[in-house]
Amino acid sequence: MQMTVADLKLGEIGVINSFSDSKLSLKLLEMGCLPGTEVKLDFIAPLGCPFCISVGENYQLSLRKSEAATINISFPLN
Amino acid sequence: MKVALIGNPNSGKSSLFNQLTGLRQKIGNFPGVTVDKKIGFCRLNNQTEIEIIDLPGTYSIYPNSLDEQVVLEILANPANKDYPDLIVVVADASNLKRNMLLFEQVNDLGIPTILALNMLDAANEVGVSVDSVKLEKLLGVSVVEINAREGIGMQGLKMVIARNLESPKVHLNPAVIDEKDKAIVSQVTEKFGIKNEYLAAQYLAQTPKLSFLSFDQQKDLQTLVEKSGFDADRFQSDEVINRYADIAHNLDQVISIQKEEKIKETFSTRLDKILLHKFWGYFIFLTILFVIFQSVFTLASYPMDWIDENMGALTDWLKAILPESKLTDLLTDGLIAGIGGVVIFIPQIAFLFAFISLLEESGYMARVVVLMDKLIRKFGLSGKSVVPLISSMACAVPAIMSARTIGNWKDRLITIMVTPLMSCSARLPIYTILIALVIPQNTVFGIFGLQGLALMSLYLLGFFSALIAGWLMKRFMKSKERSYFVMELPTYKMPRWSQVGFTIFEKAKTFVFEAGKVIIAISIVLWVLSTYGPGDSLDKAEARVIAENPGAEQTDLDNKIAGARLQSSYAGMFGKVIEPVIKPLGYDWKIGIALIASFAAREVFVGTMSTIYSIGGDNADENTIKARLRNEKNPVTGEQVFSVATSYSLLIFYVFAMMCMSTIAVVYRETKSWKWPMIQLAYMSVLAYVSALVVYQLLK
Repeated sequence: MQMTVADLKLGEIGVINSFSDSKLSLKLLEMGCLPGTEVKLDFIAPLGCPFCISVGENYQLSLRKSEAATINISFPLN
Repeated sequence: MKVALIGNPNSGKSSLFNQLTGLRQKIGNFPGVTVDKKIGFCRLNNQTEIEIIDLPGTYSIYPNSLDEQVVLEILANPANKDYPDLIVVVADASNLKRNMLLFEQVNDLGIPTILALNMLDAANEVGVSVDSVKLEKLLGVSVVEINAREGIGMQGLKMVIARNLESPKVHLNPAVIDEKDKAIVSQVTEKFGIKNEYLAAQYLAQTPKLSFLSFDQQKDLQTLVEKSGFDADRFQSDEVINRYADIAHNLDQVISIQKEEKIKETFSTRLDKILLHKFWGYFIFLTILFVIFQSVFTLASYPMDWIDENMGALTDWLKAILPESKLTDLLTDGLIAGIGGVVIFIPQIAFLFAFISLLEESGYMARVVVLMDKLIRKFGLSGKSVVPLISSMACAVPAIMSARTIGNWKDRLITIMVTPLMSCSARLPIYTILIALVIPQNTVFGIFGLQGLALMSLYLLGFFSALIAGWLMKRFMKSKERSYFVMELPTYKMPRWSQVGFTIFEKAKTFVFEAGKVIIAISIVLWVLSTYGPGDSLDKAEARVIAENPGAEQTDLDNKIAGARLQSSYAGMFGKVIEPVIKPLGYDWKIGIALIASFAAREVFVGTMSTIYSIGGDNADENTIKARLRNEKNPVTGEQVFSVATSYSLLIFYVFAMMCMSTIAVVYRETKSWKWPMIQLAYMSVLAYVSALVVYQLLK
């Protein structure tokens, strides 16, 4: 099953591999969420949404759960 | 010479702008849109002075909000009067890769560029160092290291700007237009006579956003796009991915990263654990709101009293030195009273925006947006609506303008539509006086004053009705536009006080010029309506009062005369005309006059009431108004006019009524049509009328 950023557990790291929403992906891309970038789930807002993620250890993004679900991820082999 | 600053949000662009220009800046509007245009002046050396324009922060030249669209409109149109001779791209060095995207796009538009590397200290903290000399060689344009917060590197940057204005340089990127788009792009370059291929591609990819193109040109472009099957989304995503590949290739050669074994928890992360906590997060937010609320109303009352006294003193002084005439009256009771009515609100607005700007500067506001998003999303709003909603507790005019940061049109529109329901500072004097009339000064549980609680409930009533109104509008409004929330969460920073100062100044100025002119104009109109009546009715009324009150004290008589004159003036006549309509709400024609007067600006209500109830001009303090209102009897029934039912009905009426011409004007400007301000006026008026009716009939 395809995992997405919305499936990450707190503190877990995933690697972006594709996007399932082409319009939103344009925005995410220009903000630096590129395929191959590591994302880490830092926080979930108290009511379960929005999510706060670190992108490539450089900066934090906040996005809604539904938006997080459009970012497909895989897990780094380690 | 024009130099534009451009960069990602949170890259320190505004700091740099302030450093370069100092106080030599002015704020205007970009033509056609209400986005603030910040322009400043900077002396580079003995010969050259340049104009610096601070463009809104953006991640790319593909805009997601109105603010960002300005960047595209200017950079894609060499004929634009703000088109720069040189661009300084301000980049956050700790996050260089993402910041370079905009740099490449600007270069491809053929605009000479300098790269200013900012926040190198933050980069060093996370173990990133940048070889700027090598980067300069790779890019072929000047790279300058700066620290915009501390003002370091400004002289160097000025020298480089001067040098580049003489010999401009553009960085050459790998081509982003691939073979299959070549044909259509060259058709555009021919047709529109533009040399730059990337610009031509923008014509195709973002046709509707380029408002400088004529309707026919846009139609031509659309036909071209349809015929050739040019896919704008694919073009954009290919472009971004290709650029990032090129950027990564360049940066790999100049950036060295020393990773520490264990990534330390940063200060921001630790703070977030508390501030985004499921209990403490909300608790702290509510506490902060409470503190803001308290200080806005208690601290601001000192300067407000001071202004009030001095305006009164000024009026007295002018009346004393100027010959008694209608012109003097117009000056004192019309114009100066009007200016006083504007100036009096400045302290509250300044305090509120001082706090809001502190919250924004420190990075906390972004956390509030995160905390509130899910809670208020159900009501057609977004987390980003929180800033306008809080701001409108001071004044709806700057609040509605701050809704521009909401990218989604429907979210933004709903925010604009419900914002005036939040109780602004102009409602406060009305609340204060009416609450004092009907609510005893008791305390509950020993600490909470009943009057204070009543005041708070009125604010809450406003807030919850804003939510309900938002929820209803969400159901009725259709939008095909997708709503995005994605935003960068900035790290916590110490606020820069100069920036806070700038914000206060800007917002106060906006209020004075936007709301102020309407209030002053209305004060003058009101003065005319209440000073003149048909024929000699006013003089007759005065003669009648004198005849009816032989031997009355002079001041008492003067007050009675003033009251009688007002009754027979045009304003008094209007009051009587609308009496049948407002009678079911428990109001008489005198309240009617105040309602009409305050239709344009609700703060006029209290002043009008004091005139109508002939308390006499300037020494009308709250207690005398209160006593006078309490004693007011209905001449027919002998009952108290300001009964509990009437007072509550008035309170509720003012919570909901859209009585502010400036808000209507600003909604018109922001939505670019009369449709929305008219709908807003209608729904708020109906809401106010019906609720006041229900309240009066129930309590009667």
